[in-house]
Amino acid sequence: MSTKTAYGPARLLPGEQIRISTNPDTEPFWDAAKEHRLTACQCAKCGHFRMPPTPYCPECSSNEKNWPTLPGTGTVFSFAICNKNPANGEDYIYVPVVIDIDGAPGARLNANITGCDAEDVHIGMKVTVEWTEIQGGWVLPNFRKA
Amino acid sequence: MAWANQDKTAIVGVGATDYYVRGKSWPRTINDMAGEAILKACADAGISVKDIDGFAYYSTAGAGYLDKFDTALLMETLGMPHVSFSATLTSGGGGCVGAIGLATAGLVNEDCKYAVTVMSLQQLPQHRLGVVFGAAAPNPENSFLQPSGLVGPGHLMSVLARRHMHLYGTTQDAFGEIVMATRANTHNRPKAIRKAPLTKEEYEASVMLADPLRRLDFCLETDGAVAVITTTMDRAKDCRHKPAVVHGCAHGGQREWGRAFAWMGMPDPHFASSGHKFPADRVWAQTGLSAKDMDVALLYDHFSSMVLMQLEDYGFCEKGEGNDYVLSGKVRYDAATQGGVNGGVPVNTHGGNLNEAYIIGMTHVVEGVEQVRGTAINQVKDAEFALVSGGPAPLPTSSLILRSA
Repeated sequence: MSTKTAYGPARLLPGEQIRISTNPDTEPFWDAAKEHRLTACQCAKCGHFRMPPTPYCPECSSNEKNWPTLPGTGTVFSFAICNKNPANGEDYIYVPVVIDIDGAPGARLNANITGCDAEDVHIGMKVTVEWTEIQGGWVLPNFRKA
Repeated sequence: MAWANQDKTAIVGVGATDYYVRGKSWPRTINDMAGEAILKACADAGISVKDIDGFAYYSTAGAGYLDKFDTALLMETLGMPHVSFSATLTSGGGGCVGAIGLATAGLVNEDCKYAVTVMSLQQLPQHRLGVVFGAAAPNPENSFLQPSGLVGPGHLMSVLARRHMHLYGTTQDAFGEIVMATRANTHNRPKAIRKAPLTKEEYEASVMLADPLRRLDFCLETDGAVAVITTTMDRAKDCRHKPAVVHGCAHGGQREWGRAFAWMGMPDPHFASSGHKFPADRVWAQTGLSAKDMDVALLYDHFSSMVLMQLEDYGFCEKGEGNDYVLSGKVRYDAATQGGVNGGVPVNTHGGNLNEAYIIGMTHVVEGVEQVRGTAINQVKDAEFALVSGGPAPLPTSSLILRSA
């Protein structure tokens, strides 16, 4: 019993229903996203990547950070297929994905994917970043099938 | 090396309210239900509620998801004359059984004489766990998770289940077998919410909430309260029932698991796991026992897939072999022989969170106590050792081994 359900196109959740908040540790990531630049928190001392951004490097304890511009591509690490918009309970096919980010080993992002049917999303699938405007003038990195 | 506190304490009293479908406990209040559970646990132990002088909570002293216990208010309500131990494990349901270790710490340190661990849960519409993450205001940490629409614990857990299926070929059939096998244990339990036997067809017809997990892979949403009393072995001997001896207990977890499905940063093989390898290794080292020595396993089953992954993390089978282990019937309880099936260890003889009730893990502790007392409804014959686990959740997770006296 591992039959594939035909879900149809994977949609991004509407940006106007999404809110985030930031603090000084995380804001550089979101500031970069506003410029459509995908970054991740990197230790300026030892080069270790960590996401979400935290005040100290868990490897070397440095609090100095780099925010390098990454290629904006990645690979699906895992995912779920959901069928109700969490904001209103209406039928809505979306696929939360966990993405391994290219150029930032060990760092992941949780996002939605589009550009294919939900049932065609698979682990190992290559993706490129797709920018979604959300509340408060922020921009969210989502992903599209590469 | 054996645990310094091995067999020094015991659970001597258990008490519970009725179990209610989500929201149906109203107009009872959280503290009304907590009080009933505590008073019943004291009666079961044969002590006065006024003998309680310790409070060992988990879930950051949470009472459900939005309320908090307050020791002073419970004293004011129940009349304990003084308290000399009041502490909690952090995070959520992961620490459930670790609270018995916390109680043990208070007892062996001679801070207190009788410690109570209590959970009371009331899921009024605004308090539903199923939506509580999604409804939470954004904070800088969850802003890296919430926008993806992973709004409930089941959505989060399905991402881990998917990875397990990818790595090891695990099937939804195994998740279904866990639900059906544990459902078979509730038909004779008066307080259970779901008692009707479950067929494969009914399971497969269950709506997919977060593919690969169906509604029936999600645990019940229930209201109610459960309390247990832990005391020292010398006092336990004077209590009403045979003591359920605390033989091993551990809580914690390793960094690779960390915030677990609240960050999704776990590397393989930790990602597709229950996060229980760390406390599992600790309790096995504390006791010199292993999975095969257990007579019954009460595994926190908020989601069926997490039972499978705990079976692996505790060593009932090898990592990646949970699918075949489950499908060979090894989690089932055979009432005719009062034992396991096909060489397995019976899992969740009370029906678990999936079928009996969900009080954030406390029903598993009650079943563990009843099994080693020899008074369980679905009694495993001559049960000597019961494994009880806390929730696969952001750390701490926790493990408890109870031994018959």
